[in-house]
Amino acid sequence: QGKFTLLRDTRTDGSFLVHHFLSFYLRAGCKVCFVALLQSFSHYNIVAQKLGVSLTAARERGQLVFLEGLKSCLDLLFGEKEPSGEPSPLQFLSTSNLKALFDFVRTSLTPAEGDSWQGPVLLVDDLSVLLSLGASPVAVLDFIHYCRVVVCSQLQGNIVVLVHSGEDGADEENELLGTALGHHSDLILWAEGLATGFCKDIHGEIKIIKRLSLQSTEQDVVQVYQYKIQERNVTFFARGLSAAVL
Amino acid sequence: EEDKYAVYSNLLFKYFLAEGVVCGHDLFVASAMEPPDNILKKLPAPLLDDTHRNELREEATPAKSEDSQDSMKIAWRYENLPKMEASPTTSTKFGHYYDISKTMSPELLQSVKRHSFYLPEELSLMPKLKTWNMNCGYASLLHSIQKVICQEGFDGSHPQKKQKNILRIGIQSMGSLLWGDDICSSDTPEDIHSLTKFLYVLRGLLRKSLSACIITVPSHLIQNKAIMERVTNLSDMVVGLESFIGSERETNPLYKDYQGLLHVHQIPRLNSLICDVSDTKDLAFRLKRKQFTIERLHLPPDLSDTVSRSSKQDLAESAKLLSSGCGAMAIGKKHLDF
Repeated sequence: QGKFTLLRDTRTDGSFLVHHFLSFYLRAGCKVCFVALLQSFSHYNIVAQKLGVSLTAARERGQLVFLEGLKSCLDLLFGEKEPSGEPSPLQFLSTSNLKALFDFVRTSLTPAEGDSWQGPVLLVDDLSVLLSLGASPVAVLDFIHYCRVVVCSQLQGNIVVLVHSGEDGADEENELLGTALGHHSDLILWAEGLATGFCKDIHGEIKIIKRLSLQSTEQDVVQVYQYKIQERNVTFFARGLSAAVL
Repeated sequence: EEDKYAVYSNLLFKYFLAEGVVCGHDLFVASAMEPPDNILKKLPAPLLDDTHRNELREEATPAKSEDSQDSMKIAWRYENLPKMEASPTTSTKFGHYYDISKTMSPELLQSVKRHSFYLPEELSLMPKLKTWNMNCGYASLLHSIQKVICQEGFDGSHPQKKQKNILRIGIQSMGSLLWGDDICSSDTPEDIHSLTKFLYVLRGLLRKSLSACIITVPSHLIQNKAIMERVTNLSDMVVGLESFIGSERETNPLYKDYQGLLHVHQIPRLNSLICDVSDTKDLAFRLKRKQFTIERLHLPPDLSDTVSRSSKQDLAESAKLLSSGCGAMAIGKKHLDF
């Protein structure tokens, strides 16, 4: 509880980690606020069903609060003015201020009367999109900081965010974001494409870095595995011991 | 990603639109340099044999007749239209062949609905809209696309329309100076977010409607590599064309039969944990008089002075015409004859 997990992917698609955490926390009975910026609701729903969870059902019973970025931005740009006067969570698209997004997260996860969920969880896919939409890295870091204060410290919940890097790591703002968040994370899961190039049987390598303590100078525990993604599952194995090789 | 002189990327752009005409999809063409009508006049002619052409003519007429009884005929038409739901259906018959030495007949072109957006005209008509600090060319293009999607019912807003159709959108040379964007012309552009914001909204529009889109970008002119990384992240499929014109590879005997290389940077991973990745990543393209071909490139054994190569002629694999897609129309994995 109260943990901050950073997901990173470089040269590969690490979204399988997002799908995993989503279904994991829903199955555990947590209240999840999912800020889904990159894909549509039906995409996540279909994959979640393969993993055994129905997002529509979770949303209906109030367990899942889903912010579908792609849909909300259309409403914001092409829709009529909101009569209720509530600012859209994607307000930053016009004002470069992420406060409305933070308010959205806070109201979604603050427990209401009669809520019996296990613990709040904030999931973001993916943070790099905020940079593409005009937010500065500092603004994004501030947003995450505020979320941590509310979700991790006050509500004893967890946060999982994904930062995606491209082929060359040429996006400096993005790298800055990833590194800064990495320093404050309790757990980092870093999926990378193989340095030697594409391989059919091994989709990539994942590095798991567990922070034992943020204060002391104890060494982080680092583990490395290789993985292969399948239809409903991901198999992990030690380096060099892929089923194709043995 | 355009090749250096946009020769081959424009060709692929035209193939995408031509396929749309032959399949009966609606077209939306946007460009800042060449008037869309001119682009449409130069589409390659499809290779239809006589029996095929007769079927097409038959199809055009009984549009209003009973829909349930003529199921065979209508099913033929719909065979190539993907459904916007769970798993993408791979239709067995896919794609058509074209002869690039001939242009498409105006009658065939007239058979589909065409929408166009020509920037110099649009800017003079519409006052400057500053939306979200986005470049006004992009902003007005977004409004134009959204209007077409809404009015023609591609987003399901006219349920009484019996026949569903697909909108194929083609946008040329995004990011170039002609669109009013300086990411291609300046080392430190004033606004690096316009293109990515545009792509994000476009992605939203495509996800919410029965449409597919191809965009060409002169990425070789963009100095700031972060921008292309972000563009790639926001796209479903990214293909780069590298032509040998003017490079030292032109004289390399290894590439003597080809005009350039095709790099697949990203393929769509939608509705699934995995994606269908092909075995080979080395693709080269060749432009013959009548055809544009993409083939697997492999190094021959270095036996003698002369380099001989066997190029496999595999059958075209079904490209995935997903109802939402940014970037190039899916190119077959092995060998695709257009």
